[in-house]
Amino acid sequence: MAFRLKLVPDNTKINFFRVQWLTFGLSALAMVVSVVLIMTMGLNFGIDFKGGTTIRTESSTAFEVGEYRNAINALDLGDVSITEVFDPTFGEDRHVAMIRIGTTNETGSVSQEQLNQVEAALQQVDPQVRFAAVDSVGPKVSSELIKTALYAVGAATLGIMAYIWLRFEWQFAIGAVVSLIHDILLTIGLFALLQLRFDLLTIVALLTTLGYSVNDTVVVFDRLRENLIKYKSMPLIDVMNLTVNETLSRTIMTAVTTALALTAMLIFGGDVIRDFIIAMLWGVIVGCYSTIYVAKNIVLWLGVKRDWSKNGPKKDPSPFSNAEMP
Amino acid sequence: MLQIDRWKRILIVGLALLGLALAAPNLFYQRVEQHNDAVATIEKTGVETPELIAQRDGWPSWLPSGLVNLGLDLRGGAHLLGEVRVAEVYKSRMDSLWPEIRNALAAERQTIGSIRRLPAEDGVLKLEIGNADQMQRAVEIVRGFSDPITTLTGAGQQSLSILADGSTITVQLSDAEKEATDQRTVLQSLEIIRRRVDEVGTREPTIMQQGKDRILIQVPGIGSAEELKELIGTTAKLTFHSVIGVGSDPNARAQVGQIIVPDLEQEGLFYTLEESPVVTGDELVDAMPATDQNGQPAVDFRFNPSGARKFGDYTAANVGQPFAIVLDNEVVSAPNIRQAIRGGSGQISGAMDYDEANRLAVLLRAGALPAQMDFLEERTIGPELGQDSIDAGRLSAIVATVAVVAYMIASYGLFGVFASVSVIINVILILAVMSVLGATMTLPGIAGIVLTVGTAVDANVIIFERIREELRAGKKVVRAIGDGFSEAMSAIIDANVTTFIAAAVMFFMGSGPVKGFAVTMTIGLVTSVFTAIFLTRLMIVWWIERRKPQELVL
Repeated sequence: MAFRLKLVPDNTKINFFRVQWLTFGLSALAMVVSVVLIMTMGLNFGIDFKGGTTIRTESSTAFEVGEYRNAINALDLGDVSITEVFDPTFGEDRHVAMIRIGTTNETGSVSQEQLNQVEAALQQVDPQVRFAAVDSVGPKVSSELIKTALYAVGAATLGIMAYIWLRFEWQFAIGAVVSLIHDILLTIGLFALLQLRFDLLTIVALLTTLGYSVNDTVVVFDRLRENLIKYKSMPLIDVMNLTVNETLSRTIMTAVTTALALTAMLIFGGDVIRDFIIAMLWGVIVGCYSTIYVAKNIVLWLGVKRDWSKNGPKKDPSPFSNAEMP
Repeated sequence: MLQIDRWKRILIVGLALLGLALAAPNLFYQRVEQHNDAVATIEKTGVETPELIAQRDGWPSWLPSGLVNLGLDLRGGAHLLGEVRVAEVYKSRMDSLWPEIRNALAAERQTIGSIRRLPAEDGVLKLEIGNADQMQRAVEIVRGFSDPITTLTGAGQQSLSILADGSTITVQLSDAEKEATDQRTVLQSLEIIRRRVDEVGTREPTIMQQGKDRILIQVPGIGSAEELKELIGTTAKLTFHSVIGVGSDPNARAQVGQIIVPDLEQEGLFYTLEESPVVTGDELVDAMPATDQNGQPAVDFRFNPSGARKFGDYTAANVGQPFAIVLDNEVVSAPNIRQAIRGGSGQISGAMDYDEANRLAVLLRAGALPAQMDFLEERTIGPELGQDSIDAGRLSAIVATVAVVAYMIASYGLFGVFASVSVIINVILILAVMSVLGATMTLPGIAGIVLTVGTAVDANVIIFERIREELRAGKKVVRAIGDGFSEAMSAIIDANVTTFIAAAVMFFMGSGPVKGFAVTMTIGLVTSVFTAIFLTRLMIVWWIERRKPQELVL
């Protein structure tokens, strides 16, 4: 027999509901902790949402953050933060800093003269310094971007809910949405905990993991519906356990391939989008967990109609499959 | 499920090969880009220099030459989001209306009485007439300047809103007219910005309207947003005014119809000018950099016939008087008129270097912006950072693919090889579709492709897991494979539709990088369904036909 790597053995019979109170409690706790973290530590908003200017400097010689700070503080620009960026892909002679300056006026952010002053001041301290990227976002745009971002996350959630409701039953839609909210909260919570930069790309990552997580959930639901038709008299909880066990191998398999791809990007993709990748990777892990432990539990508690075969609105479970009706 | 018609096989393989051919130019990015640029230049100018021909022939023209567009974050360049101050136009409309209304009312001074313009906010014209009891007649005259306008929402609206109260008349643009004016202002600004950017000759700039009054400008390859701002941030409004007086007090009280304008070079020198200009830059036909009689940089300009006549008449009538050349509300120079200038050409000289003279000429030729712009968002990305991002993206895509392929083969053996071939062709197809559409690749877009490498195998995983189950249930190999494919279909479709909803939302909310990510993800969804279902199945069918397997270990 040929070798096969199987992270999940054949014919698993794990009782996923044995520890349901524990896992549900854990999820609820994690959500509460996330909210508390977001409230107390706050989010490290990027300029997309807060307005302001960031300057990315690159230098071939090592520099002291303190020296940069002194040079810029002399200009009296108000709220300035400087962080050195480290990355395993940087060579010996690559030293990168991110300088962030708060908003100083109403329309743009930092004026061109101020920007030139900053560049001149830094060049005095470090003649090798180059300005690899400069971004400025005015407060007018940033407040609009926050609104768009919130709308986007809301619209995506509603859209997905509507689709699942159409294709399955309302209980499934609720289950999926609760698990989506779980994923979103936990991801934002991680960003608060690690103080990662929260900007437009983070929203993109959120939407992507939203899509990924629901993708996972839908595959399980699809099988659940099939099993509900097949085993009409089996208790709901057993049908669910059977379903998760049947799809477990696929869930893990896809989570691993996705995580492999993202990890490659995390290590080799450079520092510019690292926070973005962290958000997606975390979203994949959380999404995988919430499929098994959150979405299904909700459906179990809400109950679901058992008689799918007679005169129901879903006569044919799927127009795409030619499933044999028992 | 496992019978595939010959024409379908040809179609599937053909599509994959076509994708390969269309994606290939991206491997020789620089050479193909030079080829494309050279072809465009030759077509535009009609001149074939040996250098251009060499660049053109660097890539055979019978091969596909579509390339994935590199976004600013990969190529480097500048990005600006500007907001046009549309309300400025209301003011200039009212200011130019005032002399006309004044003359019309003055013609009936006997009945209406004296007319005076009262100070009012910008964009509002407030008049006072001597005989309040003749208000009806006055309003009638003013109404004569209002035109009926037709909008989408309905006809019968007027361009001016006129309000009479006691002895004052308040005139301003009606809301419908304001809306129409705003749109015109933005379109005009777009056109002028495009002309200015084109004159500087950078490659493929993106210049488009965003929302009601905003303009997005992205210019690859330009050094910084500052450079771009200098080019499009100046209104370049050139006007010629008669000079009433010179002084040093910036707050001197100007009479209605007069303006106080500072000197461009000399600080503390202010001119009092007649507000309505004699001629404006709109009547210029040409402007070019030159040198003045002292050998200093200057700009020569020429008026069109009507401008030349106005200028000629004015200078003839005002010999010995000074007149002012005003550029963006600063007096460039205020020479005395020595004699009537009939030729319709002139020169602007002053403290400027050759670069500035050159730029001024470009701005004058392209025309003045109808209103000033505020910049809400500015981004500069250096070309090195872009190249670093490309390299990092390429490396991580390769590593991700290798890792996923290794894992798939370890898990599914031969079927894992099939799935891997599909995944690799999927990436090639994404590049091919993007090249054909001319879609823009951004750094998050690369991340999207890498992510697709991870998720595209999902459809195959669902199918293979299903086949495993069918085999365990004791079905024969061919039957199990056939059932595996058909049973997995609904899950695959549902899963892809939900991901598509997320991508669609991103596309509609997004600008720049967000949109780039959404586009790559959507293309990846479509191509991955094609490769995972059709291509993988075709490979499996071939295998079954050749081997006629009696048993299968999956």
